[in-house]
Amino acid sequence: MSDEEDDIILSELNDDDLVAQMFDDLYDGLKEEIEEGVDILLERGWAPYDVLTKALVGGMTIVGNDFRDGILFVPEVLLAANAMKGGMAILKPLLAETGAPRVGKMVIGTVKGDIHDIGKNLVGMMMEGAGFEVVDLGINNAVEAYMDAIKSEEADILGMSALLTTTMPYMKVVIDTMIEEGIRDDYTILVGGAPLNDEFGKAIGADAYCRDAAVAVETAKMFMDRKHNQLAG
Amino acid sequence: MSNALSRLMSSRDWLLADGATGTTLFNMGLQSGDAPEFWNVDHTDRITALYQGAVDAGSDLFLTNTFGGNAARLKLHDGQSRVFELNKAGAEIGREVADKAGRDVIVAGSVGPTGEIMEPMGALTHASAVEMFHEQAEGLKAGGADIVWVETISAAEEFKAAAEAFALADMPWCGTMSFDTAGRTMMGLTSAEMVKLVGKLPNAPIAFGANCGVGSSDLLRTVKGFVDAGPTAPLISKGNAGIPKYVEGHIHYDGTPELMADYACLARDLGATIIGGCCGTTPDHLRAMRAALETRPKEDMPTLDAITAALGGFSSESDGTDGAGPTRAPRRGRRRA
Repeated sequence: MSDEEDDIILSELNDDDLVAQMFDDLYDGLKEEIEEGVDILLERGWAPYDVLTKALVGGMTIVGNDFRDGILFVPEVLLAANAMKGGMAILKPLLAETGAPRVGKMVIGTVKGDIHDIGKNLVGMMMEGAGFEVVDLGINNAVEAYMDAIKSEEADILGMSALLTTTMPYMKVVIDTMIEEGIRDDYTILVGGAPLNDEFGKAIGADAYCRDAAVAVETAKMFMDRKHNQLAG
Repeated sequence: MSNALSRLMSSRDWLLADGATGTTLFNMGLQSGDAPEFWNVDHTDRITALYQGAVDAGSDLFLTNTFGGNAARLKLHDGQSRVFELNKAGAEIGREVADKAGRDVIVAGSVGPTGEIMEPMGALTHASAVEMFHEQAEGLKAGGADIVWVETISAAEEFKAAAEAFALADMPWCGTMSFDTAGRTMMGLTSAEMVKLVGKLPNAPIAFGANCGVGSSDLLRTVKGFVDAGPTAPLISKGNAGIPKYVEGHIHYDGTPELMADYACLARDLGATIIGGCCGTTPDHLRAMRAALETRPKEDMPTLDAITAALGGFSSESDGTDGAGPTRAPRRGRRRA
């Protein structure tokens, strides 16, 4: 291979080729290259919201699909998400300044007694990758922590994660409390974690069980679309 | 052959391991979110009953109630300073039950994952993982465990750290990983890759294999993957009794004792030596598994079709060992050097 083929100068690529290259670089988890790509697109006059949705979200969608399909696994997705975060750090203040449309806000956390946060972190990162605002409560959350956060953050979505059969029933405690307080229907509730399944999600009264981070993003988008339709109607 | 497990294995074609710990403790009143390991001190009668249930059902080996007994996990319950105490206590109760069994029963000190991601993807260093596993192994050793048994691991790095820690504690060991994501571990490791990993460890396990994961058919596909890759140590098969369902405030697994009996015989026919259950596997399941292993003659190695015909379909088409799994769409950009 010649040197010319080996060296990719991002700034010499046209917009289409640059975005295609950024998709690949996200896939390969190359943070510095993604940051450079974001800067170049901004310099070329792209709106921050377009950089987010067309370059970053587009690339993370491919990563999410391949994760869902068993082509990529957790280590590769963590790397990709880390690269995306680099780009997001540049875009975040600009998005706020330009008043870009709000996709939705999610409060997410692992339930009481459970310290597993790998899956939950992946969901959080993929949701951010899809343009959602994410408030991460971390691990070991009691019902009070969830209740406080969804109210004070004015969240659209509550995401709960559990990786143990010993902790997954706690999700129902949280949902039951929301029902008691009469606020259950104000939120979309998504649940996930290795030992869960659809049937469990339904049995505890969640809106959906999400098998993985990619499905969580798709499901969240679907519920936000429905909500917007209802408001419009 | 200085350890009790190797001695027992040399005289038997198969050993029956135990079933579920979490499921059983829930049925005894463990509350969602509480640390089961505290019961090794606070409710010794219940932990005795947990172990006794497996022994009475015919288990030749049982795992101690110490799965979450490392500092990273116990920290959640503010119990990080009690690692040695809780592991020792869990093993001591096991020792007592095993010694009264009237036959050889192995006490295997359970060591679960730290729950953290190791470097370079995460923050957990190799040194601190080794330190945590070592601390736990010393507690289990002091309590009289015959061996230590690391289980439900998904990362090769964490498995290696455990092996290193067990060498430091001078404890013979077994290890199982959990293959729950398209036939691989969460971190993408295939069954064949685990065989390679085990073959390279300086401190080889007595036996290795798979536990938990999706259902019993997936588990056996993983065992077949081990066999096809030429394992250098005996194989362990510990599958869940079906999949979890939520019924009236409790988790129930839908696999029947009859199904787990079929699973146990298929595991043996595939070439597994240590056969048990995982989540949802009660003493009733274990009794059925024991009876089947004792009465049904060993048969030829089952095909994947025979496994799905007996136990149900796989969760994914490929498990990554057959080269037939899904692959990435072509790149649009140019490849970097």
